[in-house]
Parts: sequence; structure tokens; C-alpha cells
Amino acid sequence: MPALDVVIAHFNHWITVVLMVAGLYVVVARGNMVKKLVGLGVFQTSVYLLYISPGKIFGGTAPIIDPRFTVYSNPLPHVLILTAIVVGVATLALGLALVVRINEAYGSIEEDEIFGKPDEDGDGGGESSGVGSR
Amino acid sequence: MALLTMMVVATFGILRLGNLFAVVILGGIYSFLMATVLVVLDAVDVAMTEASVGAGISTVLMLGTLYLTKVEEAAPVRRSILPLLIALGVGAVLAYGTFDFPPFGVAEAPIHQHVVPRYLAKSVEETMVPNVVTAVLASYRGYDTLGETTVIFTAGIGVLLLLRGGRKGAGARGSKEGGA
Repeated sequence: MPALDVVIAHFNHWITVVLMVAGLYVVVARGNMVKKLVGLGVFQTSVYLLYISPGKIFGGTAPIIDPRFTVYSNPLPHVLILTAIVVGVATLALGLALVVRINEAYGSIEEDEIFGKPDEDGDGGGESSGVGSR
Repeated sequence: MALLTMMVVATFGILRLGNLFAVVILGGIYSFLMATVLVVLDAVDVAMTEASVGAGISTVLMLGTLYLTKVEEAAPVRRSILPLLIALGVGAVLAYGTFDFPPFGVAEAPIHQHVVPRYLAKSVEETMVPNVVTAVLASYRGYDTLGETTVIFTAGIGVLLLLRGGRKGAGARGSKEGGA
């Protein structure tokens, strides 16, 4: 059954792609800034999955050295993603502080209301989208 | 697989719901599911961090922000098809790219061939730490972690400056969100 093999071999990657695209869509299309940040979080989490998935070995165990085990999953992606998580929460805290300040200054956290008339032609949706997504 | 599918369901809930409180709580559920997936993928350290930071601190920060702002999302004024098209296009390209990935869980994948065998073989001898993730994070790549701490420090300063400083005519509203 080759089709099933392909699905098992790539299911994690496909979920990663779905989460990434959903996060991207929320960040770009939604005007509410808190929702944008939640979308950014989903996007980041998909990157964690992208990194951790290839490190897994079937039959392996967590990379803590013990004489009873011989096969360990790859520890390097874990280290990288630990850093990424912590930097991610720093980004989130800064973004939320900005949202609070924007709300104080403009009385709104909706992009459409802040940018003026909602029926303007210019599409401001992607304005703040690329800031923290990497 | 079931866990991953549940994560996708939570994501679409985040996408559809208009109540930001529900969105934030769903985000916390999503983070816990992610942590469980990470345990299954043998990344126990990352799972602990994700559960405490992603589901804990992030949710608290989000709820604090909601307390200071608004809970309801405004109805979208204009529905543009462009972001959807962009997202679907990016998704199609990425999904096409996944077919060049090595299959999941195979020990012969290139990622397991290069630096890692040396870490696994020598880290106990060189650092006396049985957990290889800790050994690499704190010993081999200690400067990296120092830089990470600097990033958090900078972010903390930024949050404090944003919430406390630069407030000329705002009256006596103290900053309520200081724990970054």
C-alpha cells in the first residue's frame, strides 16, 4: 500500500503546512490585533513542529543518556526550538504591550478603525504582518 | 495523528471565533496539545517549556491585555479574497516542498548523520550531564543561550518603557502589566 506509506511519511509535514498557512491567514486577514498575535503564535508553533518532526526516530527515546538505551532522537532541534519558544514569548509580550499602548492612544485595537475610513481602497491588512514572523 | 488533527481543529476555532476570550483560551488548549505532541516526538524539554511558556505565560499575558482593552472582535468591514488566495498559494508551494523531505522517523535521514552522533557519544564524558539537550544548551552553545537571555532582557525593558514611560497626559493610570 504505497499511498498509505506516503501519508505516514509526510503527515507531520502536511499538518505543519496547514498550521503555518492558517497562522499566516489570521495574521494577514484579521484586523483585530490580539487575534493577529494569536495567529502569529500558531505560525510559530508550526515552525516548532517543522523542526522537531525530522528529529524523531522510530524506536528512539528522549536524548537523555542511559545505558539501557542505544537509540536517541536528535537533540539539536530541541535546543534550537527551546531558544525559539523563549524568544517567541518575548516577542509576544512586546507585541501585547504595543497593543495596550495603541488602545490607549486610539481607543481601539481594530486596524480598520485605526487607519481611518473603513471603505478606503488601500489594503492595510498586511501592514504589521511581517514584523515578527520568521 | 489524532493529536495533530485536534490541533488543526483548534486552529480553525481560533480562525472562526469572534470572542477574543474564547480565542485566547483556545490558544492555550492548542499549546497544551502541541506540548503533548512534543512529548510523543521525544522532545521532553521542549514540551515542558511549551506547556509552561506557551500555555501558561502567554495565556496570562493575553488575558491581561484583554482586560486592558476589549473582549469582542469587531465584525470585518470588508472581506478581501486576496489574503485567502495568498495563504492557499503559499500552502500549495509548501506542501509540494514536503515531498522532498526524508520520510518521518527514519534513522537514515541526513539530519541524524552529521554533528549529533558526536554529541551523543561525548557529551556525558565532556560535560557530566546525562541530558544531551541541557549539555548542548548550557555548555556547547552557552553563548547562544546568553544571547537569548539578552533578547528577553531587552523585551522586558521594552515592555516596561511602553507601558510606563512616555505617558504625558494620561493621568494616574499605573501600569498593570509588569510581569514580562
